[in-house]
Amino acid sequence: MELQANVTALAYLVAAVLFILALRGLSSPETARAGNAMGMLGMVVAVATTILSPQIESYTWILVAVAIGGAIGLVIASRIAMTAMPQLVAAFHSLVGLAAVLVAGAAYSSPAAFGLLDSAGGIFISSRVEMSLGAMIGAITFSGSIIAFTKLQGLVSGRPLIFVGQHWLNALLGLVALALVCYFCVDQSAWVFWGLVALAFVLGFLLIIPIGGADMPVVVSMLNSYSGWAAAGIGFTLHNNALIVTGALVGSSGAILSYIMCRAMNRSFVSVILGGFGGDSAAAVGSSIEERPVKQGSAEDAAFIMKNAGSVIIVPGYGMAVAQAQHALREMVDDLKKAGVKVSYAIHPVAGRMPGHMNVLLAEANVSYDEVFELEDINSEFSQADVAFVIGANDVTNPAAKTDPASPIFGMPILDVDRAKTVLFVKRGMSAGYAGVQNELFFKDNTMMLFGDAKKMVESIARAMD
Amino acid sequence: MHGDFISQLSIFVMAVFVGYYVVWSVTPALHTPLMAVTNAISSVIVVGALIAAGPEGASLAKTLGFVAVLLASVNIFGGFAVTQRMLAMYKKKK
Repeated sequence: MELQANVTALAYLVAAVLFILALRGLSSPETARAGNAMGMLGMVVAVATTILSPQIESYTWILVAVAIGGAIGLVIASRIAMTAMPQLVAAFHSLVGLAAVLVAGAAYSSPAAFGLLDSAGGIFISSRVEMSLGAMIGAITFSGSIIAFTKLQGLVSGRPLIFVGQHWLNALLGLVALALVCYFCVDQSAWVFWGLVALAFVLGFLLIIPIGGADMPVVVSMLNSYSGWAAAGIGFTLHNNALIVTGALVGSSGAILSYIMCRAMNRSFVSVILGGFGGDSAAAVGSSIEERPVKQGSAEDAAFIMKNAGSVIIVPGYGMAVAQAQHALREMVDDLKKAGVKVSYAIHPVAGRMPGHMNVLLAEANVSYDEVFELEDINSEFSQADVAFVIGANDVTNPAAKTDPASPIFGMPILDVDRAKTVLFVKRGMSAGYAGVQNELFFKDNTMMLFGDAKKMVESIARAMD
Repeated sequence: MHGDFISQLSIFVMAVFVGYYVVWSVTPALHTPLMAVTNAISSVIVVGALIAAGPEGASLAKTLGFVAVLLASVNIFGGFAVTQRMLAMYKKKK
């Protein structure tokens, strides 16, 4: 028995190490696939170790559950459009959260099966704290991710939903939840545990509704982090080191991504969580200056300018994803390269709705990853570029972030597209960006606006170049 | 069994630090696959679900465990598969 426990613990350690190597592999696209294989191997080791343990007596239902779940997962993974990746990840987070709640619930209702009973027949105090925290964070992750999913999928408006006293209500509910965790240590009645779970579901819902669509990169990262902490909480309950280590890895990964996203918007994490950004108050700022004239161009003009340029830098944004323009864009770039133009892509960290969103879309469109650059690596090159071609991005190029201390986006790092000799701006209309601020760039002499759907526009430009 | 809380906490804290350094070394271009794969590996919570779903007979815990195994399986298979699909797209010029 002792020997078996040791072997089991060692196998879980191996799984944990394989998971670390899976993340390590992502340091470069060359090693990433091998890393993913390590992750799968780690999962096989962890699951096999558990299945072979004497606690598992009957396999039928487990096989049924794995078969159904696995089939659903594989079908979704093979069909999902790359543009829909943010909502898929949000949906997956919700499943981890719900699974954490269910496992905590199972441990609560059958503590003996998990070895959590003390000599008096109650659940260990430490286990009560761990399972209630795991269930609470899991429930917040679940309902929060559902809301994030509905916003990203466009099922509900991406606008922040704000009401009076919102933050006080959330703070109150959070305190009540923590009080219930404490009370659960004294009284292990069912109402305390399930009451806490219900309260946490409501809290997750309330926490995410005030956050606007453009802050979703932070929210998705944050929920990623929560799902990790929930898993770690369950790991403590089950005394399973693989789960503790994995939870900690995922928790810190999500936290780091949230931090990177906040830094890229020059916003504090707290201000994102409090929400309300991109609401009506900001929209009023831009309306007064929209009357000024802009220089408008056609697809033929753009084709002429770019074909005669030495170098072009493409700046994609969320609008490119919405219009599904990545493939058409790459075809246009192929034409440019044939004409001898040097083309590279510049990605702002918060372009899109999740970290790295644009990179995946460009990879999908067969753009070589060594032509795609992050903000800090390419920003100095705009001053030597002949053309900056902005497609579906707006606020991340707005010079007001540097020059106008009154602007809501002041201090945000931007791509210096205004330094290029010519700026071509593909846009549906003159509307302001998510921050509700007008972009001064539209009115500059070296800017040409190309109004229209992003996909149709790049297709017409490509045709005009032939 | 419960004297080992401190050792578990030590493992947890160390793992947070490992995560911190490993994740900072991830190239920003792969942040979306990073989220997908962290999602898949956090589904290792399935080990708890398996223990709950494992015993003979019927109970609330077993039912909860069954559903949890199902949900976690969606994530495990879906998460790794979609990560693989994304990573296969990252190519260098031929």
